[in-house]
Amino acid sequence: MSTFAELMLRHRTARMRTRKITNGAMLALTGLLTALALVPLFWIVGYVIVRGGRSINLAFFINMPTPLGVSGGGVRSAIEGTLVITLLAAVFAIPPGVLAAFYAARYPNRPLGVVLRFSTDVLAGVPSIVVGLFAYAVLVVPMGHYSGLAGGAALALLMLPTIIRTTEEMLKLVPGTLREASLGLGAPEWKTSLSVLFPAAANGIITGFLLALARAAGETAPLLMTALGNERFDLGQIVTSGIQGHQSAFAILGRIVNQPVDSLPLALWKYAQQPYPERVEQSWGVALVLMIFVLVINIATRLWAQNRARKLKG
Amino acid sequence: MTMQLMTEVKHATNGNAPIKVDVKDLNVYYGKFRALAGINLAVREKQITAIIGPSGCGKSTLLRSFNRMNDLTPGSRVEGEIALDGENLYAAGVDVVDIRRRVGMVFQRPNPFPKSIYDNVAYGPRLYGIRGKADLDGIVERSLHSAALWDEVKDKLGQSGFSLSGGQQQRLCIARALAVEPEVILMDEPASALDPISTLRIEELMHDLAHSYTIIIVTHNMQQAARVSDFTAMMMIDDQRAGRMIEYDQTNVIFTRPQDKRTEDYVTGRFG
Repeated sequence: MSTFAELMLRHRTARMRTRKITNGAMLALTGLLTALALVPLFWIVGYVIVRGGRSINLAFFINMPTPLGVSGGGVRSAIEGTLVITLLAAVFAIPPGVLAAFYAARYPNRPLGVVLRFSTDVLAGVPSIVVGLFAYAVLVVPMGHYSGLAGGAALALLMLPTIIRTTEEMLKLVPGTLREASLGLGAPEWKTSLSVLFPAAANGIITGFLLALARAAGETAPLLMTALGNERFDLGQIVTSGIQGHQSAFAILGRIVNQPVDSLPLALWKYAQQPYPERVEQSWGVALVLMIFVLVINIATRLWAQNRARKLKG
Repeated sequence: MTMQLMTEVKHATNGNAPIKVDVKDLNVYYGKFRALAGINLAVREKQITAIIGPSGCGKSTLLRSFNRMNDLTPGSRVEGEIALDGENLYAAGVDVVDIRRRVGMVFQRPNPFPKSIYDNVAYGPRLYGIRGKADLDGIVERSLHSAALWDEVKDKLGQSGFSLSGGQQQRLCIARALAVEPEVILMDEPASALDPISTLRIEELMHDLAHSYTIIIVTHNMQQAARVSDFTAMMMIDDQRAGRMIEYDQTNVIFTRPQDKRTEDYVTGRFG
């Protein structure tokens, strides 16, 4: 006759063995599936680097596009155009986005705050091509031509939900007593927001800006109907000719934004459909440049945020 | 130098100190809910007054009435009056900013601003237009001295306030409150998030500060109330869940021969 303790021990050894095996199997399975999920990422990145690397050299970055058959062509116009459009988008989207987020965080229960949160969700779900069509209808048609301005506005609309949401969430994370401490010293609300709330939330807010920017920089569909593409877009030429013609900074800025501009996703899309192997090869190069552009923004953002967090901790 | 001398003189209870803050028939409502009912309390100048009582009895609400912090809670409403040096804080035309300068506040968890140690302390003075570097340097040094933090931070004033330990952060918050030279300092469980040694330092600091300031502290900790305070106010909720003042007297009376049975039960740990 075995005692309970002996029986339990015998059973436990057996149970522990099955437990260990199950644990090992599940761990292996999750590891395998994680690796599987990473395959597309590394595949895309690796493939683009291999294919695009062939056509990339310094000239590719600094030369304007050349006609078919003329070697040494680059994509400077697309790089400059992407910079112009994303900068415009940031200028259009950030101020209203931040203020709207501040309102939503501060008065979540007022009607306007509720409507704002709901419409932000809706806007986030609108397909980008529809946003492009909208910008076409309200900007391109009245202006009579495609422009970088319209492209920037379309991308701004796409960035807006991300900016509002991240800014709102980050502001909400700031402890309420921080606000009360500032008000308790006699500070007005605006001063409290500007010098306590926003600095406390700045890391997350700016990270949100740049991630929204990186996402918008890769958009193609809305730009087809707004920025159109322009292989002769030459920032340096516009600025130097403007200065030589004694134009005001404002007039030069106007010329930059008031004409069709190229962008990396547009150039990629255009080159990739052409029936010439030379162009298709170049489109891989454009893809690589676009990927580097987005990755640089992403990585720089994370490094900056980490560094600032470390500095705040001391 | 005077600062160091002052700390050596032990603070003593003075039952005849003049009345600094006088609460008369105070009711505070949040919407329709009455959180405080018929509070009367005469806080004496340069004494430490502890507000004790079980959780949810309105201690913090009462404390936050002293600098009109309850104004920030939507739907809050106040009846009755709180007089600071005889002037009602809730009278029409009173400048809330002025009240908040005269009545400073220290919170439960240390909450330094995301700024340098120096800028944390200089924040208040700058609000009132003080910009000169020499002026600000003087205020920052004096405030940090008064908060017993100067020696620990004088070589790293440019570092973030978050780089300090929890106890140091709380003393930084006290220095920040002192920088605008308040008359009354409200402390809402200022040591509840700190370890015993940091708690002791804060309690010693309160004794030092009582030479120059009127201090009102909310605490859950009976021993703390007994150790630091000169006067103790005991609060409880009535059957409508409104906070009421049960008993108010010198601390040694409250802890040795309270008048009210409920106070006795509470301070001896029989409930609460």
